[in-house]
Amino acid sequence: MEEKMTKNIMIVGVGGQGSLLASKLLGHLLLTEGYDVKVSEVHGMSQRGGSVVTYVRFGDKVYSPVIDKGEADFIVSFEKLEAARYVEYLKADGRIVVNTQEIDPMPVITGAAQYPENLIEKMEQLGIAVDAMDCLSLAEQAGSAKAVNIVLMGRLSKYFDIPAEKWRQAIRECVPQKFVELNLKAFDLGRTE
Amino acid sequence: MKQLMLGNQALARGLYEAGCSVVSSYPGTPSTEVTEEAAKYDEIYCEWAPNEKVAMEVAFGASLAGKRSFCGMKHVGLNVAADPLFTCSYTGVNAGMVICVADDAGMHSSQNEQDSRHHAIAAKVPMLEPSDSAEAYAFAKKAYELSEQFDTPVIIKMCTRVAHSQSIVDSGERVEPAPIPYVKNIAKYVMMPGNAIRRHPVVEERTRKLTAYAEDCAFNRVEMGDTKIGIITSSTSYQYAKEVFGNKASILKLGMINPLPEKLILDFASKVEKLVIVEELDPIIENHCKQLGLQVTGKDVLPIEGEFSQNLIAEKLGVELPPVKKLGETLPGRPPVMCAGCPHRGLFYTLSKNHCTVLGDIGCYTLGAVAPLSAMEMTLCMGASVSSIHGFNKALGEESEGKTVAVIGDSTFMHSGMTGLANIAYNQSNSTVIILDNSITGMTGHQQNPTTGYNIKGDPAGKIDLEALCRAMGFNRVVVVDPYDLTECDRVLKEELAAKEPSVIISRRPCALLKYVKHNPPYHVEAEKCIGCKSCMRLGCPAISMKGKKAVVDSTQCVGCGVCAQLCRLDALQA
Repeated sequence: MEEKMTKNIMIVGVGGQGSLLASKLLGHLLLTEGYDVKVSEVHGMSQRGGSVVTYVRFGDKVYSPVIDKGEADFIVSFEKLEAARYVEYLKADGRIVVNTQEIDPMPVITGAAQYPENLIEKMEQLGIAVDAMDCLSLAEQAGSAKAVNIVLMGRLSKYFDIPAEKWRQAIRECVPQKFVELNLKAFDLGRTE
Repeated sequence: MKQLMLGNQALARGLYEAGCSVVSSYPGTPSTEVTEEAAKYDEIYCEWAPNEKVAMEVAFGASLAGKRSFCGMKHVGLNVAADPLFTCSYTGVNAGMVICVADDAGMHSSQNEQDSRHHAIAAKVPMLEPSDSAEAYAFAKKAYELSEQFDTPVIIKMCTRVAHSQSIVDSGERVEPAPIPYVKNIAKYVMMPGNAIRRHPVVEERTRKLTAYAEDCAFNRVEMGDTKIGIITSSTSYQYAKEVFGNKASILKLGMINPLPEKLILDFASKVEKLVIVEELDPIIENHCKQLGLQVTGKDVLPIEGEFSQNLIAEKLGVELPPVKKLGETLPGRPPVMCAGCPHRGLFYTLSKNHCTVLGDIGCYTLGAVAPLSAMEMTLCMGASVSSIHGFNKALGEESEGKTVAVIGDSTFMHSGMTGLANIAYNQSNSTVIILDNSITGMTGHQQNPTTGYNIKGDPAGKIDLEALCRAMGFNRVVVVDPYDLTECDRVLKEELAAKEPSVIISRRPCALLKYVKHNPPYHVEAEKCIGCKSCMRLGCPAISMKGKKAVVDSTQCVGCGVCAQLCRLDALQA
């Protein structure tokens, strides 16, 4: 493959968890920072409680809209099992930022499978840097369980050189006025906890 | 202004700036957002039509009247609209007419992965294929000029990765086109044999002119790099090829995919050592090159099925892949499911409990086929449930009539279920059709339809009365049930299956995700009453799971529909 400066962020989770706002925020921020950006989303049937993936890529010039196996610098996961599902997409020195919430998929609900145990430890045993936190509690602390997405963005922001204030500005520009305060709080909790 | 735009949004922006004034479409993933975004511009009249054939004919009518028009659909929608497409290729247009078709290689949300380029070739109309949002925007604007210059409808072919990826677009302002008067022209617009036979040579001559145009048009471009490999590609495949090879290959990037150039390809081929065709789905560019006498690598190494990606192209063309870390265990999958509180669930539970043979249709309710309900045995295309049950019952008679049902959503019924129902009424099979009326087009993300009473902008509109419609067709038995009421569903189903004449059951309750639907407080399990019998688990509700030997309800997902409580003999499920 060509040596390239493109950075890759995968946002994974369960349909309906709010990954679209997270990718909107990232896209907006990175565009403002002057990067070429591509964001690829999933619509339609798989949104209905299925496993969903959003790809965010940025750099001097981005070609492919998708991230492939072995390419992701970051996997940001709204749910533990979903982080594990996409481990193969991580770069050798990539990092996983994961909400420790567990949402049972249908095979577990029907008893056809069990929710796997010790996933964080298993990922760490592969030598992966895993940053795991209970984002749901922090989101509730900020004022809404729906703010898990912004808690995760707060956590992700720690690993970027972009100043926190620019992230906060992007939140102000991407979120409806009445939810700005709540989401700024969620961002700060994710960044500092 | 530079901004990130979804491919579909960029296409809509291009339509707007080109002065498009009439849009008629039927929703279908991954095409839906083009029309939704176009509807945000006040200068464009926008509507959801009942199906793609109607939409294309509306767009044709507007073009005939002298206004630039548009219709959008998914790949299978173009099958429905193929009839007007093939003949408006003969009539040509008055003002520019642009058609968007969005393919779904990989079948993220479709029943097949047909390649729409075949339609453009067969109908002999030009087809443009953007590879990102900036091109979707630019091609949409340019498509109107092409349409008017060559007197033809123009198809813009999107695919999931172009339609649903955001990239940077530098947009401009709308330019109102000069009005084009409608002029009566029977020889051009009345396609009866005597006229059509004179139009066919016009179409062939147009294709010759378009082929000449394709040789040096701005849609097609050569990017010379290393000449050991020359790649001919288009659409999202271009992006993957650039990702893998950068300047280590030369690329002929085709933005106009029908008709294909000849000299341009031969010239490019002469400058490179090895020619590789990178195209998703069918080998259309490849076969064209072979007809030109070129030796190419294509579908001999790259798959004909599914989507491409950078790794797939790298692997198949001998480029090293990045290392990958793997967990040493198989993880449980997470397939899509009916949402908590979905009104379809209660109905499908009833069908499953009564061991019905269920012929299904296209929509969220196709998920009725998934375990644990597993209550659907056939899904083909829009409207096929209603037509097929007639054939099924005509073939088997009493053996199937008393236990077979067709299920179809309200929007799908309007799309192409009505004609099948007319056939049942006319040719009299003892069939039971269930219309799952959730008062919205659900799967594609909540679009209005002729039964909802609202138009694309959410303003009040005409509303078709399903009961009156079915009665007018000749059905004496038309019953409405609430799918949250399991007892009533069971009683009505048994009664209608036993009846010795055709009947329609309308299972009516709005989609639980609609903003105006008020949710009840969540249910919970009283652990001391729960004996772990798993009766409630038979619903396949994502809000209910077993923890240890007891059922638990996830209060963040439960919308309080109460269907599970009706299955609990011990009253353990309480609001």
